[in-house]
Amino acid sequence: MGELFAEILRWFTTGEHWSGPDGVPAQVGTHLVYSVVATVIAALIALPIGLLIGHTGRGAFLAINLSGFGRALPSFGVVILAFQLSGLSLVPIYLALVLLAVPVMVTNTYAGMAAVDHDVRDAARGVGLTGWQVLWQVEVPLAFPLILAGVRIATIQVVATATIAAYLGFGGLGRYVFDGLAQRDLAQALAGAVLLAVVAIALDQALRALQKPLTPRGLRRSNR
Amino acid sequence: MISFDAVNKRFDDGTTAVHELDLEVPEGEITVLVGSSGCGKTTTLRMVNRMLDATSGVIRIDGRDVREIAGSTLRRDIGYVIQQSGLFPHRTVADNIATVPKLLGWDKKRVRDRVEELMATVGLAADLGRRYPHQLSGGQQQRVGVARALAADPPILLMDEPFGAVDPVVRALLQDELLRLQAELRKTIVFVTHDIDEAVKLGDRIAVFRTGGHLVQFSTPAQLLTHPVDEFVADFLGAERGLKLLSLATLEDVPVRPTTTAREADESGGDEWVLVLSDQDTPLGWRSSSDRALIPAHGLSGGDSLLAGLDATVSSPTGLAVRVDAAGRYVGVSDQRAINESATRFRSEVLVP
Amino acid sequence: MKWSWIPDHAGDLVTITLLHLRMTGTAVFFGLLVALPLGLLAYRVPRLKSVVLGVSSLLFTIPSVALFTLLLPLTGLTPTTVVVGLTVYTLVVLVRNTVEGLESVPPKVAEAARAMGYDRVRTLVTVELPLALPVIMAGLRIATVMTISLVSVGLVIGQGALGQLFVDGFQRDFGVPIIAGIVITLLLALVADALLVGVQRVLTPWHRTGR
Repeated sequence: MGELFAEILRWFTTGEHWSGPDGVPAQVGTHLVYSVVATVIAALIALPIGLLIGHTGRGAFLAINLSGFGRALPSFGVVILAFQLSGLSLVPIYLALVLLAVPVMVTNTYAGMAAVDHDVRDAARGVGLTGWQVLWQVEVPLAFPLILAGVRIATIQVVATATIAAYLGFGGLGRYVFDGLAQRDLAQALAGAVLLAVVAIALDQALRALQKPLTPRGLRRSNR
Repeated sequence: MISFDAVNKRFDDGTTAVHELDLEVPEGEITVLVGSSGCGKTTTLRMVNRMLDATSGVIRIDGRDVREIAGSTLRRDIGYVIQQSGLFPHRTVADNIATVPKLLGWDKKRVRDRVEELMATVGLAADLGRRYPHQLSGGQQQRVGVARALAADPPILLMDEPFGAVDPVVRALLQDELLRLQAELRKTIVFVTHDIDEAVKLGDRIAVFRTGGHLVQFSTPAQLLTHPVDEFVADFLGAERGLKLLSLATLEDVPVRPTTTAREADESGGDEWVLVLSDQDTPLGWRSSSDRALIPAHGLSGGDSLLAGLDATVSSPTGLAVRVDAAGRYVGVSDQRAINESATRFRSEVLVP
Repeated sequence: MKWSWIPDHAGDLVTITLLHLRMTGTAVFFGLLVALPLGLLAYRVPRLKSVVLGVSSLLFTIPSVALFTLLLPLTGLTPTTVVVGLTVYTLVVLVRNTVEGLESVPPKVAEAARAMGYDRVRTLVTVELPLALPVIMAGLRIATVMTISLVSVGLVIGQGALGQLFVDGFQRDFGVPIIAGIVITLLLALVADALLVGVQRVLTPWHRTGR
């Protein structure tokens, strides 16, 4: 065990692992590009749907159950299938990642909207805000913490699933894991796993840190 | 003036909330819609500012069909106060009050001045403006709700059980302040409550609704208490109708006579009860020689109700209500018989319409 | 596409489906076994709560590929590695829901039980836990569905059960096994979820009339 640990340490301290197109910075960058592009596209699709369902109250059943469906979908299977059916390129991988990130964001956005106090919404309409103004001035700010939580969960999920890109011959942090396993180089695989875990945790923490300053001040109950 | 002309409201699930309603809400008065839950009073209120639209019939404000006006435009000219106040939790108190003025595009300075003025009007300290709603007490939140509704000085105010969620002491205070504000502002107020005492206290006119959205009686509080149209209304008014009536008449015309008074420092003489006054002539309480303890007495002015007078005579050891002037200085006492005579006179005035 | 592949391999499909179920069941069972006492402890000891929930959410953030790989030195390229990893995720969901469930019990109810002479343990077992059950069951449903879909990530170390169908289809450039794997996974999730809803209805009869 101690020996393995030393080997992993050696891997991390080897200079050539940190430079060039296969180096750690490049692979972290590639992985983040996959994840961020897929999450942003998914958010552009999911958030309007969630807001629409939340504002009108129509389609609530769909919004509530979508995340369950998303959870049940075997993500690697979906990515591999998309890749195999439509042309062995990055595009189907992106499509699959987007597909997997949409449900949880729709559900959370809807949940945030549904949690807006009925009286507050009623009063907003009652003092003369139009439907559009109610949405942007009242509902969205109040639902924001949950919407953001949905984006965060989706991001982490996409980061995890994006490792499959390496399995299919592309880059990203899955590269070290799959190469390590294929070459029976356990140290490399473990180093890759550590990197993957660190990147995911760091991203999660960064998004959590963003959550607080982006929450409207009146909703931060702690400053009572 | 708001008028309802043969208004019906049926919901999609088939329930009739309002049935063939004809009602004229007079300008500059408080009209209270009262009834048990599910009687259609809130639905009636919400049709005025088109939070709901009538299934049939016409609602007019100053002769104009409300359905000719876009909902949000209409609502900016009508104040709206609901239970729990419905304040925006993500906006400061000042921003909450400024909602409608900002919608109407007032300039910043005008908005700020108006907010400041309104906070004073509803009795909120200016420094609360920067707080968030959850940092205020229930009573304070309700005041903010009223201030927000008054912000653009709308001629009409709709209030849906605005004081339903605050404790009785604060509720009484808020009711008194609403009456004080109304004496000044003379808005056309439609007020929904299920509490008949609140209705009698606040209403210039009361509309009693029965389940199924039927308006059963629409009259002044005094008429309602003396002439309930049927058993249902009589039941709804409750057991103490007579006493409620007394709450509508004042002590103004009840004769005052003198009684023995003493200063706090005086030694009292005989066995008689004496009324102890402070150096400023405000009544402190009753004292007898056999018992040095002071039984507190609260002075009543001409504006207080006959009910309060009667209550004072019953709870005083001498059977006398202590009377004071507007400044709270002692002027004399009234006995139970004098109050009873006034009550009888008042009753006969109401009985002969 | 040659759909006949499916009937031709019916026997194999049944075998790996059963394997898939066994791996899921084991992970959820051990997850529940650890999560319940841990959740109770976290609920009772507030200082422990933030630690337990903090560590949980940290573990949950680790991608499954990384977690399975990190377990390799301990359990090697075996189904156990996948099961242990999935137990960790199950545990995280269940601990959180156990704490949330217990916290959702109105304090007045527990207080009333204590006022009538129940001791702490009795209150916990006969009042608080049953009332927390809907939230705990919701967690169990999430954990089960999630585990069913995550088993296939085990393909990374050659232990993906139904996930091996994805590898098979990919290597032979043949879509049918991949589709079969996805569809069976979805069906398993659907059936398991429906079963758990049934269990919950039996366990919490007071909820049935409450709607």
